[in-house]
Amino acid sequence: MDEEKVITCKSLSKKFGDFYAVNEITFDVNKGEIFGFLGANGAGKTTAMRMLCGLSFPSSGEATVAGFDVYKQQEFIKKNIGYMSQKFSLYENLSILENIEFFGGVYGLDRKEIKERSGLLIQTLGLEKEAKKMVGELPLGWKQKLAFSVAIFHRPKIVFLDEPTGGVDPVTRRQFWDMIYEAAATGITIFVTTHYMDEAEYCNRISIMVDGKVEALDSPSNLKSKFSVHSMDDVFYQLARGASRSAD
Amino acid sequence: MTFFTSWHVERADQQINMKQLLAFTKKEFYQVIRDKRTLLIMFGLPIVQIILFGFALTSEVKNVHLIISDNSKDVNTLQIINKIKASSYFSVDESVMGYADIEEAFKQGTVKSALIFPSDFAKDLVHSGKAQVQIIADGSDPNTAKTIVNYLTAIINDYQAQLSPTVGLPYKIIPETRMLYNEEGNGSLNFIPGVMALILMIVCTALTSVSVVKEKELGTMEILLVSPFKPFMVLISKAIPYLALSIANFTVIILLSVYALDVEIKGSILLLFMESILFIITCLSLGLLISNVTASQQTALLISMMGLQIPTLIFTGFMFPLENMPWIFQAISKIIPAHWYYLIVKSVMLKGLGFEGVWKETLILIGMTVVLLTVALKNFKIRLS
Amino acid sequence: MNAVTVKNITKTYDKGKVLAVDNISFEVKEGELFGLIGPDGAGKTSIFRILTTLLLADKGEASVAGFDVIKDYQSIRNNVGYMPGKFSLYQDLTVAENLSFFATVFGTTIEANYDLIKDIYDQIKPFSNRRAGKLSGGMKQKLALCCALIHKPLVLLLDEPTTGVDVVSRKEFWEMLKTLKKQGITILVSTPYMDEANLCERIALLQKGKIMSVDTPENIIKAFPYTLYGAKSDQIYKLLNDLRLNGQVESCYAFGEFLHVTLKEKQENGKKILRVIAEQNGHSNIWIEEIKPGIEDSFILLSGEQG
Repeated sequence: MDEEKVITCKSLSKKFGDFYAVNEITFDVNKGEIFGFLGANGAGKTTAMRMLCGLSFPSSGEATVAGFDVYKQQEFIKKNIGYMSQKFSLYENLSILENIEFFGGVYGLDRKEIKERSGLLIQTLGLEKEAKKMVGELPLGWKQKLAFSVAIFHRPKIVFLDEPTGGVDPVTRRQFWDMIYEAAATGITIFVTTHYMDEAEYCNRISIMVDGKVEALDSPSNLKSKFSVHSMDDVFYQLARGASRSAD
Repeated sequence: MTFFTSWHVERADQQINMKQLLAFTKKEFYQVIRDKRTLLIMFGLPIVQIILFGFALTSEVKNVHLIISDNSKDVNTLQIINKIKASSYFSVDESVMGYADIEEAFKQGTVKSALIFPSDFAKDLVHSGKAQVQIIADGSDPNTAKTIVNYLTAIINDYQAQLSPTVGLPYKIIPETRMLYNEEGNGSLNFIPGVMALILMIVCTALTSVSVVKEKELGTMEILLVSPFKPFMVLISKAIPYLALSIANFTVIILLSVYALDVEIKGSILLLFMESILFIITCLSLGLLISNVTASQQTALLISMMGLQIPTLIFTGFMFPLENMPWIFQAISKIIPAHWYYLIVKSVMLKGLGFEGVWKETLILIGMTVVLLTVALKNFKIRLS
Repeated sequence: MNAVTVKNITKTYDKGKVLAVDNISFEVKEGELFGLIGPDGAGKTSIFRILTTLLLADKGEASVAGFDVIKDYQSIRNNVGYMPGKFSLYQDLTVAENLSFFATVFGTTIEANYDLIKDIYDQIKPFSNRRAGKLSGGMKQKLALCCALIHKPLVLLLDEPTTGVDVVSRKEFWEMLKTLKKQGITILVSTPYMDEANLCERIALLQKGKIMSVDTPENIIKAFPYTLYGAKSDQIYKLLNDLRLNGQVESCYAFGEFLHVTLKEKQENGKKILRVIAEQNGHSNIWIEEIKPGIEDSFILLSGEQG
């Protein structure tokens, strides 16, 4: 695997008053890696991810995302990442084409580029006939594939996925992971935050946050053998059971 | 089943119902008291509105600095000046200013109003029975200006009426202004009933509809529907706490009006309370009706605020005189409950009329309430749609 | 007697345009822990709402605890404990206030049925004066379960109680359900998590409003007709494509760490065949083993058959 680092994180912390939401986390993510970022609700996942996406400033520590500093170069970070969450991704009352155009425009692509790429994208997804349909009318599986395609439309270096496949049917979920694998194979780094353990199993490496700290960081199989259990569920259970914090 | 057992079962049912009702009411009170936003709307809104409408928009004036330039200095002008001094509206300054000086004072903003008697005022009045005075007011504050003009005109007219019978000649003092505004001569009084209608309307309808829809959004409504609690009891128990709160609210408005704005309640306070409770029930029914047809708190709030506040503002007649509106608007105003409540409050509070003066309006309001409440209860779904 | 009977139930929305439940039949025995397993949009919530009398089915019959969902809806409302999918209690009431409110609404008191909820309530008791809105997801869910149990229902209907809840709380929740089952309460529960299927006695696999299979989880897995192989190499995405393109491979999809692969014809040496394919395509660190299928494998197979 390419050892180029796209995310580096060194003793990164975020303090709210006396409370360490994120407490000195340190990890690196390699280019083209599918990195799972796990933790129970309230463990500090979201806060950490916000700092990495350039949405909030760390209290201390260092971090770079796509080579840019999280303190000084937030605007560059935002241009080089994509984001998709299961809850919100696309506008239901805009057509497929309009959604693509909108998000392309948001990321500063020029008209010609948008036109070329959206044509290509619709062709790859096999949505030629549906291109003018409202996104709200699409079946969930297609919506999700489209949402992911839109998230990587501007060819970001890293794409952040927030619980991308929760509640989705197994077949669609597989198709979705196909796309993620494909994107990773082209060198896009995939950063998945989730508390669904079966999503975690797909990742090359995962980190598990408990009470603001990264308590485990390894490949799923190594973690399972380290804790001598059979599933990631059990790994997580052992780590998170002792957690003192939990909130929504 | 014998009669006795069936009666017994019913009794037990009723006891449960009463307990449930009580529990529900308690819950609702807790929720309102703990929800700072609701409380703010509930009690902040009336206070702000009353103060806004009462003070800022009021056309009442007190102790206005008035310059009188008396170039005639005779018995008549002296009498008029004394009359003005006797009223509490003006603090009179009888400086010997020339016209140019007065204009300069206006420009500098040190003076808001002036009354000028021409030098031949008395002569004109005695010889031709006609005399002119000039009233100048600062038009940059049109509300106050108009009021000042009105008051002065009223005082002069009053004097003229006093003068005529004793002298036996039809004397006429013509102020250089016209009666433009506010016949009753007191501004804030007219606003109070309107503001009351507006506030009760918004608070009752918005809060009731939002609190019902909130349960739908939370998913608790599903539980309540699946429970043995009778669906229409859900509505009743929603209405009770808001009825109580609205009455408290109404009391706050009345106290504010009486003590902060010096409004005198001429009619029976009891009648005013009863009529207001009726109107509150009308609003609650409307709120329940809105909650039936909306699924999100935002929609409910939007309908209650926009859909009701604007028509209430326009069609009650307290901001814009209804008589000047096209017939279609006047017709619409007849189906707005707030319109009738406004008429009732005006009659009872300002004119001092008793029930015999407002029974027609009351009957209309009762009719509206019955219709609204029936529709709301009928439409309340015992299942999800 | 069956605690829940569903017979040829069909439900559509938008004047028949959206088919949510398509001619479904199943039965839940008294005292059983029965799971409705299916993704979002499979029709789980519609079934629950029909059973709780909140919705009327277009066609078919259903009964809960012996009461017909249409004729005896009032009796059902008295005898069923229900936790809707998005049930979240009154955020601004405390734990104790929520519980006593629901007790009163159901015409009972906390004390009357305390033994039933005791085990669960003890876990949240230290927070009884805390507002429900300030509780963690897991604790909220425990409180919601207490509220659903407070009137000692004959049948407990739980619509996706573990969705969005962390692993630890999910485990605890299933433990609680087992305890309740021992006390004789029939439980019908739905979940989108395939791995939770094994915790139920019997399950119905739902997809697009249809039931694909009703049986015990073991039997459903046993019915999986293929030998299933797990495969991985250093380039998992390439391996996925390579295997799919091979004529001998029936199906291949990503499944956590490995790929799950089945072969077209039953082969004695399937492992070897797959290894050869991988080696021919230049893969390194190849790992191939025969593995036991899970509910999710069955689900994928069945939904493929359904089209």
